[in-house]
Amino acid sequence: MNTTDSFDVIILGGGITGAGTQRDCAMRGLRTLLIERSDIATGATGRNHGLLHSGARYAVNDAESAAECIRENLILKQIASHCIEETSGLFITLPEDDLAYQKTFVDACRQSGIDAEVIDPDLARRLEPSVNPELIGAVRVPDGSVDPFRLSAANMLDAKLHGGQVRLHTEVTGFIRTADAVTGVHTVNRQTGEKRDFHAPVIVNACGIWGHHMAGLAGVNVGMFPAKGALLIFAHRVNNLVINRCRKPSNADILVPGDTVCIIGTTSTRIPFEECDDVAVTPEEVDLLITEGAKLAPSLSSTRILRAYAGVRPLVSADDDPSGRNISRGIVCLDHEQRDGLKGFVTITGGKLMTYRLMAEMATDTVCRKLGVTRACETATTPLPGSEERSYEAVARKIWEAPSTAQKAAAARLGTNAERIRNGRRQDAALVCECEEVSVGEVNNAIERMEVSTLTDLRRRTRIGMGTCQGEFCACRAAGLLARSHGCIERERADLRDFLQERWKGNFPIGWDDTLREAEYTQWIYKHVLGL
Amino acid sequence: MKIQEYTVSRHNFEECMKCTVCTVYCPVLQVNPAYPGPKQAGPDGERLRLKNPYFFNYALKYCMNCKRCEVACPSGVQVADLIQAARIQYSHDAPKLRDRILASTDLMGSLARPFAPIVNGVTGLGVTRSVLDATLQIDHRRVFPKYSGRSFEAWLRRREKEQAAFDEQVAYFHGCYVNYNYPQLGKDLVKVLNALGVGVQLLDKEKCCGIAYITNGMSDQAARHAAHNVAVLRKAVEDKGLKVVTTSSTCTLTLRDEYPNLLNIDNAAVRDSVLLATRYIYERLEQGAELHFRKDFHLKVAYHTPCHLERLGWGVFSERLLRMIPGVEFTLLDSACCGIAGTYGFKKENYAASQAIGEPLFEQIRSINPEVVACDCETCKWQIEMSTDYPVRHPVSILAEALE
Repeated sequence: MNTTDSFDVIILGGGITGAGTQRDCAMRGLRTLLIERSDIATGATGRNHGLLHSGARYAVNDAESAAECIRENLILKQIASHCIEETSGLFITLPEDDLAYQKTFVDACRQSGIDAEVIDPDLARRLEPSVNPELIGAVRVPDGSVDPFRLSAANMLDAKLHGGQVRLHTEVTGFIRTADAVTGVHTVNRQTGEKRDFHAPVIVNACGIWGHHMAGLAGVNVGMFPAKGALLIFAHRVNNLVINRCRKPSNADILVPGDTVCIIGTTSTRIPFEECDDVAVTPEEVDLLITEGAKLAPSLSSTRILRAYAGVRPLVSADDDPSGRNISRGIVCLDHEQRDGLKGFVTITGGKLMTYRLMAEMATDTVCRKLGVTRACETATTPLPGSEERSYEAVARKIWEAPSTAQKAAAARLGTNAERIRNGRRQDAALVCECEEVSVGEVNNAIERMEVSTLTDLRRRTRIGMGTCQGEFCACRAAGLLARSHGCIERERADLRDFLQERWKGNFPIGWDDTLREAEYTQWIYKHVLGL
Repeated sequence: MKIQEYTVSRHNFEECMKCTVCTVYCPVLQVNPAYPGPKQAGPDGERLRLKNPYFFNYALKYCMNCKRCEVACPSGVQVADLIQAARIQYSHDAPKLRDRILASTDLMGSLARPFAPIVNGVTGLGVTRSVLDATLQIDHRRVFPKYSGRSFEAWLRRREKEQAAFDEQVAYFHGCYVNYNYPQLGKDLVKVLNALGVGVQLLDKEKCCGIAYITNGMSDQAARHAAHNVAVLRKAVEDKGLKVVTTSSTCTLTLRDEYPNLLNIDNAAVRDSVLLATRYIYERLEQGAELHFRKDFHLKVAYHTPCHLERLGWGVFSERLLRMIPGVEFTLLDSACCGIAGTYGFKKENYAASQAIGEPLFEQIRSINPEVVACDCETCKWQIEMSTDYPVRHPVSILAEALE
């Protein structure tokens, strides 16, 4: 590992905003360090729908966000093809909704440059057989889905390819500062306990909702409002098009197909800051999500649910409105030198997964201005590593003559990086995760290249443990591979326990029927067979 | 809070607990590593196929549709149905000429029957088999079933009046095998049922059940046959109030379960009235009917339960009937697949796997050294006779022979 402690810029936060900012900074030639308290995409980045917004949802109330979304939507389709699926989406009007809203909606979409097409309800039923057949109106928009873990990992990987350094599981305990500037951070590694200082003339706070706390550490105030959103993951794809309700945005009105599952959400509840680290889904939220979800696709009421989870949106109050009533979902980029007289500190927050690249560009522009760097942003046109091909079919075809299902699945997850697992040994083709068809070769590739130190880290990079069995079979196999890489069986045993506990946390709120049976079966295996 | 009252999924694929017991019981997986196995091909693969049909794996064609995975599954997942349904929905492989020929048991039977002696002679020749192997990839080592010169239908039609004289009546779905290849089994069934005081009727022109169409990628033809058969079964069941008996376990499974599960043909009106002959006979005896057996009968029998009969859960009826016959020395063979799976074992690319799958069964038969092997399935019969030299007879035929 590189031993230097000095960088041009330090980015705090390994969510998509941080990873994107590091990539942009690194591509502009800066020496970068990213510091993340746990793992990439652990906060709001990995705890949302994974919806590739067309912007339609914001068109009526927030034209600026809508326009940003559709611009970024088109950019991501070019630069992040292996992280997204161009499914397209529907905004449906149900008998209980006001059909007149459809016109307002479509007009607003068109004004923001979103291609919204009113289609016949019959056509909607044919395009998406799972949709509520009682719909009375439908609009088709260019929604899609995005895998936030893959997107974060690809940004981090590209930053590293451009010389960036990444320190995960490392917590910032304080800032090194002079009278009017921050010049570095004190950190502690949460796994090893190692304390270390890092220095840079500019530090970017990209910590999402935790940015409030980080700004406080630096001695400035950013007024944030944590809003919890709960979601449910269903065990298979019920729909292939995103389904939204064509009405004012409300609870549980988006159903997104993502990879092998589909996700309904969300709710919105203000919570205190103390709860941000450990948000739990309540029974009322589960009720609401199932009830409202079934209005979008009736079969959800009898479809197996895999997990419930919640994220915290980093909403920011406008600076001139300390009461917080005027909450914006727009991007907030604060140069604290101008705002608070604190040099070397930049906060990038607000915004959405969808607009991370734009946020990163804004933050990087600010950083570059401070450092006197004039190189222009290229992230809108340079594909992420893995996204050099537009379709995974093409990727698989190039690499393998007759790809197996697991190889096809690997191509879909890794994009052109699947090339790296082309010539595996025979045992590399064995499956670690059977639900998602993840091979030994793919897991080892993640361990070698993508900063993996725990099973949960591995899950975010490979989808192991995200399938129907929720780690029942793959966790112990993956633990074996991980133990081989770091060499400590005791550490891996503890990791395995934590991993299974974390899987149960998501099963618990919906712990009935097959998911409960499966969880019990998992318990037998790990407790009684493996003696964990 | 509200809890979902139940969850459902196509062929119960979401009920899979990933316990992998189906994989242990899959006969194909043990001999063919190219096959992904029932769990991967079934419930696991289904989630990926729902994402994109691109994830369909052509190795699913190695599934024999023996249904042993479904028997093994403790969670009620219809694993083989999932695999066959995926093949129907996603496979773009056009059936080869060979597959069409093998699947068209009905058509081949009607063409071959008038020339039975010639056809039988020709298909028995080594040179013919070499030609079939080279041109159609039908394995040259495979022994073909013989065709009969007279069809069973013609035989029974001449006895219509005689059969109508019985107070009680059943309809008989004889299937292609009894009609074209081995009418004697049908005659034996008539003898046994008559002894129970039951007359036998034909259905109003049954067609092949269609299982070979399903497994050979011709589901449209299969669905047409199914629709036709359900219509003629309804005439017998609803209009005449008859039970319908069969002597082939696979035809029975197809009529009862494959029609609704794989072909979306609603058979609810007739499903419960379609019974395997041994079950029907056993139930008659339970209700007090009597059969009188020869005193001098003696036969050492080893009974093989066909996979599809295991899936039906009715092997016990055939077993009980055979055990009931005085003079039968009975052995129940271990549960195992004989490897032929209908037309599967005829194909050159499957021959080796087919024989390897059946070997433990053949070995057990040899070690028991019975006079006959008994079995309710015609294709198991061909396979065991070809592979062991022991004669294979249907339980109904043994019953008929033992009657006074």
